[in-house]
Amino acid sequence: MLWACILLPHLALDEIRRQRENYDEAAPFALVTGPAQRLQIFDANAAGQRAGVLPGQALAAARAIAGDFAHANYNADTEESLRRLLAAWAYGYSSMVSLREPGTLLVEIGASLTLFGPWPTFERRLRDDLSQLGISHHIVVATTPLAACALAHAHDGIAAISDAACRRAVAQLPLRALTPLGDVTVDALSSMGMTTVGQILALPRAPLARRFGPAVVDYLDRLGGIAPDPVELYQPPDRFAAHMEFDHEIETSTALLFPLRRLLGDLGAFLLGRDGGVLQFELVMEHDGRAATRLVVGMQEPQRDPASLFDIAKLRLQASTVAAPVRTLRVVANDLPPFVPASHDLFDARAGAGGSINWAQLAGRLRARLGESNLYSLEPTADPRPERSWRRVPRIDQRAELVVSPEPRPTWLFERPIPFHGTPRRILAGPERIESGWWDDGDVRFDFYVIETSVGQIAWAFRPAGATDGPWLLRGLFA
Amino acid sequence: MSAAIYSLADVLRDPRIWRGRAAQEAVVATHATGHALLDAVLPGGGWPKSALSEVLIDADGIGELSLVLPTVAALTARERGDAVLVAPPYVPNPAALARRGVTLARLHIVDATPVDALWAAEQCLRSGACGIVLCWPQRANDRALRRLQVACETGSCVGIAFRPATAAANPSPAAVRVHLALRGDTVTASVLKCRGANPPGRPVVLDRRVAH
Repeated sequence: MLWACILLPHLALDEIRRQRENYDEAAPFALVTGPAQRLQIFDANAAGQRAGVLPGQALAAARAIAGDFAHANYNADTEESLRRLLAAWAYGYSSMVSLREPGTLLVEIGASLTLFGPWPTFERRLRDDLSQLGISHHIVVATTPLAACALAHAHDGIAAISDAACRRAVAQLPLRALTPLGDVTVDALSSMGMTTVGQILALPRAPLARRFGPAVVDYLDRLGGIAPDPVELYQPPDRFAAHMEFDHEIETSTALLFPLRRLLGDLGAFLLGRDGGVLQFELVMEHDGRAATRLVVGMQEPQRDPASLFDIAKLRLQASTVAAPVRTLRVVANDLPPFVPASHDLFDARAGAGGSINWAQLAGRLRARLGESNLYSLEPTADPRPERSWRRVPRIDQRAELVVSPEPRPTWLFERPIPFHGTPRRILAGPERIESGWWDDGDVRFDFYVIETSVGQIAWAFRPAGATDGPWLLRGLFA
Repeated sequence: MSAAIYSLADVLRDPRIWRGRAAQEAVVATHATGHALLDAVLPGGGWPKSALSEVLIDADGIGELSLVLPTVAALTARERGDAVLVAPPYVPNPAALARRGVTLARLHIVDATPVDALWAAEQCLRSGACGIVLCWPQRANDRALRRLQVACETGSCVGIAFRPATAAANPSPAAVRVHLALRGDTVTASVLKCRGANPPGRPVVLDRRVAH
């Protein structure tokens, strides 16, 4: 097996960069952690590190060195949820993804190489995806999970794909690469005169176990591939939930678009990973001191392209009013059916046209702006009463058998009868008695005629059953 | 005088000679209207495939649907030939439409306010997902119609706008303008404008049937 370790060295910082629209790469920025009186630097961006802000410093000390700089509190939960999202993304490349080692993703790539090409091509794909998601990363391949992790902390971009190459690369690692052993053990080993991992691996195991305990020996055996190392595998969840909190209240819907695009981009990556689509998702906008606004965004067919999801959500957002300034934006998707990509005819002239979309995407766009019920199809029913002879349905199954009456029926129907003033020029057909509905309170008893109006339109008109004179009511037009 | 003999075809090819009718058949992709007489007078023999056509009517219900239903029926029988009716003035009766051969599963109706209706029509025309879009623009000025016309070209979609005959006097960016009028018992269609040819002088009498 070949394990790729994707080390995520600045995940919390990446999360901040993804959340802030106006994040400035050139300005020093740091994440701090710890109690309010003794804030410590957790991580700093490149500009911060250049200015002398280093992880582990006290905030006050860093201020003394680098002057005033922007900082935010480190949040382990958002960092971990971003790591889980990345696991969902990686699941699209391999069925064996593990979150066991902190701060990393372990991906078994041996079985995926046939599909995604030789490793350099595959690696480029992974790096492109991660850069697009805005995640800084190291990628290293080795034959055991622990070796991949240890190498990733020291290198980026190396691939030790044979056992021998892997052993050689690990043997050259400095001692401090063995962080999982703990500082105490590493210090003890280095005070014994050891400098590289290779020297430790060469030591006889029994005295090592007596001195440092069996856990250390077990770790070294798994690192070298001598002992088996089963990893707990990641299973993608059946629902998607992500959110972004804002430092300030957002009052315009345009300002919500940036976080919305980011969240839906994550949703798209998640869906791609589990090869699914989304049929419906919810935008939840939380406010201070009042109930959250919920907007349901529905699609005609399962979709997963972030651009079209964003397109539909944007229209939905613009068509609705949000009552109060927004504190948190949440995207929740529970309905995740399998995704069936639309097939295009190779010779379809339209498929190649720029910006062309399919009917499902168009319907989603129309529904998002105009409302769910304002795009529909019409279906004839078996009822002879004009007002019940048709009904609105969201869509019609193409194979459905439709009932069509044999009598002449107008192409335009009026929703309500319209009084007809004046006398018809002539009566073209009729009477046709329609008498129905005594059982459902929709009792009708009318004689229907096809008449020509004084203007010359051919209309479908009726009178009460049996009447030979009196006013006409129009029910439709033969247009 | 030169004794050279010119063939008539050579003479006619001279760019300095202007002929009353377009010399070569305009190369316009079209969909047959389903009315043989009307097809005969329209350049290309039908509704232009990627352009807006305007149908101007004296009154509602004088045969405007019969004019376009053969095209709708032909298009909805195909893949990617969805037809959209944007803000129709009345309920299009599904039973009657099915009887005229329209595939109801590919017929969609959009209800919208006049402003949204123009937006919806443009979206449908532009998308490339529809075969034909029928719309009843309420407040259609020249700019709105031009947008629709451009959208038709982008999405290569047949667009048909129904407007009252009073609009005939105003210029329009539509490629084809047909005026439907009642003359006694008959409905006539006169082509006021057709891109690529001179409009024919005489109106065409349309078949008017009720019971089918």
